[in-house]
Amino acid sequence: MKKIILTSMVLAMATSGVFAQKYLTRTGKVTFDATTPTSPEKIAAINNEVSTVFDAKVGNILFQVPVKSFKFKNALMQEHFNENYMESDKFPKADFKGNITNLSDVNFSKDGTYKTTVSGSLTIHGVTNSVTVSGTATVTGNTVMLKATFPAKLAEYKISVPGLVADKVAKEASVIMECSLTQK
Amino acid sequence: MRKNLLLTVLLTGMMGTAMAQKDNLEDMLEDKDAPKKKDFVTATFKATRIISSSSVENLGQGTLDFRISHRFGLLNQGYENTYGLDGATTHLALDYGIKPWLMVGIAHSGFLKEDDGFAKVKILRQVKHGMPITLSYMGSVSVQTTPAPTLPSVDSNKWFLSNRFYYCNQILIARKFSDAISIQIMPTMVHYNLVDSSKFSNNTFAIGIGGRVKLNKRIAITGEYYYRLTNADMTVAGEKTYNALSLGVDIETGGHVFQLMLTNSQGMTDRTYIAQTATNWADGGIRLGFNISRIFAIVKPKEFRGKEADKW
Repeated sequence: MKKIILTSMVLAMATSGVFAQKYLTRTGKVTFDATTPTSPEKIAAINNEVSTVFDAKVGNILFQVPVKSFKFKNALMQEHFNENYMESDKFPKADFKGNITNLSDVNFSKDGTYKTTVSGSLTIHGVTNSVTVSGTATVTGNTVMLKATFPAKLAEYKISVPGLVADKVAKEASVIMECSLTQK
Repeated sequence: MRKNLLLTVLLTGMMGTAMAQKDNLEDMLEDKDAPKKKDFVTATFKATRIISSSSVENLGQGTLDFRISHRFGLLNQGYENTYGLDGATTHLALDYGIKPWLMVGIAHSGFLKEDDGFAKVKILRQVKHGMPITLSYMGSVSVQTTPAPTLPSVDSNKWFLSNRFYYCNQILIARKFSDAISIQIMPTMVHYNLVDSSKFSNNTFAIGIGGRVKLNKRIAITGEYYYRLTNADMTVAGEKTYNALSLGVDIETGGHVFQLMLTNSQGMTDRTYIAQTATNWADGGIRLGFNISRIFAIVKPKEFRGKEADKW
């Protein structure tokens, strides 16, 4: 009898594990652009070290962005970004925790591109705001490509721009996410 | 019994699901196998120079820095000379970052008409919860381009080109103690190929100390002082020399850093400000000066190359 109980416990746990469909990447990409027409040069950066994990069963999604991994064309701009704007020693990570609100519209077992809406809390520079972003999820076999473009207002995240360069940095950065996740 | 069994299965099943969800996404993101990244301390100083002296900061790989520095005349020259603002010596420099740990530079200085070149190598980097200091080596060589003096026409009196060469070797040891405070110590050796008199050694050993205190994100107070351990009584062209002391302000404005200072040295090459500063703070022998630097990205980081680069 004990054996049966044990076996059924193991089985029950195993099956519940199988149903937890999770997708993961540690090499997701995020770029942003805060250039204005009066900027003397492009204010933009790429980060290829975004970690993203996504639970297809319940629609939970989590992004983590190591702020120091943003690469700029101009090394000095990169230093100023970390030192003065993002204070990345104090706030080393930016993250997003949320849910896909229209999970039922996405069929993870069928290849194709699906429109998705994600809402949750975005934390940048230690300040959390709730955001809703629409994007796409492209299913190809056991990978899902998540893409989204959204604006981030610098002031909402208490990122201060000094008066001297106020008109040379956009008040609102445009952020592009591209993460290709594989099933785990 | 059967009821019990069913209950157990159900319960365990629920527990399993609950656990699967609780073994939450954050745990999954934690990459336990990944080697722990070293958290290098950055921006010990705002610029590659504290004031006249090199700091442990290097230029980024592939960046060119065009620097223009001025040292005005002496403040104690009075109103008729606009407190020294009428006369200025200029130092024009081009620095380049070959590797993140290696930078080189060339420059021309109006003071004593001197051309110089240097290389700076980062050997140790300060790490959070690890290596306590950043250590660099800086070596520079300079040559005077003034015409050779007319010598008495005796065969043994030849004016060699090597007479005009000067060298400086420095170890830069710096620590960023907090966001605001950084200190740097510079054991230094300056070598003159030719000195005024055989009374003086060709080598001057000195120890420098420099530092900065950040007032806010963009403004910092800086200072540097060189104490000569040997050869402090050396005269150059008959003039007495003093230890160099400079106090300054760093102002950061987007693409460049503006450094404003009060100093008793007129020269901006390593050997001139360390070994032959000819005036003294005590009697007002100080001058205003500034360094401005403009940075250009010459070689793009690899993320900005290839077909996607057109967007940038």
